[in-house]
Amino acid sequence: MAQADPGSVRRGRALIAAPALYALLLLAGPLGTIVLFSFWSQDFLALDRSPTLGNYAEALREPLYRELMLRSLAIAMAVTVTTVLLAFPVAYFVSFKVAPARKALWLFLITIPFWTSYLVRVFLWKVILGFNGVVNASLLGAGIIDAPLTFILYNPVSVVITLTHAFAPFAILPIYVALERIDHSLIEASRDLGESRASTFRRVTLPLALPGVMAAALIVFIPVIGDYVTPRLVGGPSGLMIANMIQTQFLKLNNAPLGAALAVLAMLIVTAIALVAGLALRRFSGPRG
Amino acid sequence: MPDQTNTDAEAAPAGRCPIIELSGAHKHFGDYHALRGIDLSVGAGEFFSLLGPSGCGKTTLLRTIAGFEALGAGRLVIGGRDMAGVPPNRRPTNMVFQSYAIFPHLDVGQNVGFGLRRSEGSRAQKAVRIGEALEMVGLAGYERRGAQALSGGQRQRVALARALILRPDVLLLDEPLSALDKKLREQMQAELRRLQRQVGITFVLVTHDQEEALIMSDRVAVMFEGRIAQLAGPQELYRHPASRRVAEFIGMMNFLPVIATGDTLEIAGLGRVPRAGLRSAAPDGQGPPEAGIRPEMFSILYPGEQTGRRTAQGTVRETAFYGDMTYYEVILDGTERPVTISMKNMPGRMILSPGTQARIAWDAESVTLFSAAW
Repeated sequence: MAQADPGSVRRGRALIAAPALYALLLLAGPLGTIVLFSFWSQDFLALDRSPTLGNYAEALREPLYRELMLRSLAIAMAVTVTTVLLAFPVAYFVSFKVAPARKALWLFLITIPFWTSYLVRVFLWKVILGFNGVVNASLLGAGIIDAPLTFILYNPVSVVITLTHAFAPFAILPIYVALERIDHSLIEASRDLGESRASTFRRVTLPLALPGVMAAALIVFIPVIGDYVTPRLVGGPSGLMIANMIQTQFLKLNNAPLGAALAVLAMLIVTAIALVAGLALRRFSGPRG
Repeated sequence: MPDQTNTDAEAAPAGRCPIIELSGAHKHFGDYHALRGIDLSVGAGEFFSLLGPSGCGKTTLLRTIAGFEALGAGRLVIGGRDMAGVPPNRRPTNMVFQSYAIFPHLDVGQNVGFGLRRSEGSRAQKAVRIGEALEMVGLAGYERRGAQALSGGQRQRVALARALILRPDVLLLDEPLSALDKKLREQMQAELRRLQRQVGITFVLVTHDQEEALIMSDRVAVMFEGRIAQLAGPQELYRHPASRRVAEFIGMMNFLPVIATGDTLEIAGLGRVPRAGLRSAAPDGQGPPEAGIRPEMFSILYPGEQTGRRTAQGTVRETAFYGDMTYYEVILDGTERPVTISMKNMPGRMILSPGTQARIAWDAESVTLFSAAW
């Protein structure tokens, strides 16, 4: 490897100094604090700073925490799958069917939901799915149902619906980028070699879009598993997730160490899943280079 | 003879039944008229080239045959079957793409075997066929290589093997050699020819390189602006260009003004020559009457050399030494624009330097007349 010029190294370090400091203060600092907290314990109002694994033991033993963790995983998986399945056709349409000059406009339109606050959008779903909401009123008015449906709000399904809507653009963009990178002559070559449209999609388009699909899945999965606004507002008691419990531990039960331990466990699980997904993708991408 | 047309050449050559028949083919892209009435017939086992500058419609024509573009009007028949509404995957054609279109997520063996999925035979039999196809293009043993690790020439060979393994009636090649460097290109030209003779499949090649078309093809269709300007064998095309435009596009040609017309013509710098016996290209409605002569049809005589040919006088203005050939720019006496003369370099033949007086020999038979009026 070539020896780097010391001047350029110094300049490079000066350039990254500001963002590095920022990341250290605002990312590594709080993260370290959380990890540190998780090894302490709460003794009524005082914080006991002697290191212990008690919080982790409790977090793993207590059935409520395990149930919340599994429910968070299940909801995040469901949101990820529905979001990616709904996002793919949209991304495909914009990439393959929209005239090149209009693509920017379409991408712009897709980001319109972001113009309103996340909180407002969650509240809107309350209005849509509620007892006297848009869905129930329409169905009642059309005579399809006699009494308002109650199973569409305040349960895990409403959480999945709301989060799927909120994260759709996050999934569309990486899939769109992956589709855009596909050389169209590859698709023509497949057709030329005897494959129908459907089998060309399966043998060429989908495998080549897979990195984008995987990126979309991770981009949705990681924030969703830690989301607490949506389950809090539309989840009801049966739709609560692990983040709600972490918040409760920190703020209501005044047990920051246990909350920290739950947070660290959630992070570890997400990291493990992301790693597995990354490795799987590398295997799937087949022979390159 | 003045009204020379292409009707004979448009039919498939004698002894070959036509595999592709195209009649009255038109294609529009929005307002752009890409194909403006193409009629042609390609014989089975023929090496056929579509030659023309970019934007002449040659690639559109090829993509029409492959099934990627539908004709606006006209009829395309391949192997006796009308191709209207037949998708690319159901046509007896396979294509080598300009970019080669090697699947990046598959290895070389999977690329070559891509189209075999629907064909009969066990896994092992298919593996044997893939091995044979790779051997045919000189890539034996490359099955497990990643597609990304191949050089340009190797990618092209993989693309060829992938198309030929399906034994199509027609192999379509879209500028397959344009991305290769000169040496490799010349090597691949010879190899493609050899391969075509070996497998006996009809090749239709699209190229903008006139030399490539002449070297490789049995017949060439020269295209300008969506029309076929001339359809002929390479020698016919070079020796008897149908129009000034074809003459300019194929090889090099000198154009000399014709000063006086009638039974005896006077060509500027060359002198008088009887009109009878001179070959004429089809009138193209543009430009004054001119006489066209290829650079190698002139020769520069040694001082005092005797010849039975017609002679003219001139002054060498520029000399370009190419190794095997020397190209001279010569101002003929009584003219202003130089003509290009090429001479093969022989032992003992002197290279003339600029400023030298030169005697030039030429023949009336090598003159083609181009004119709006004739």
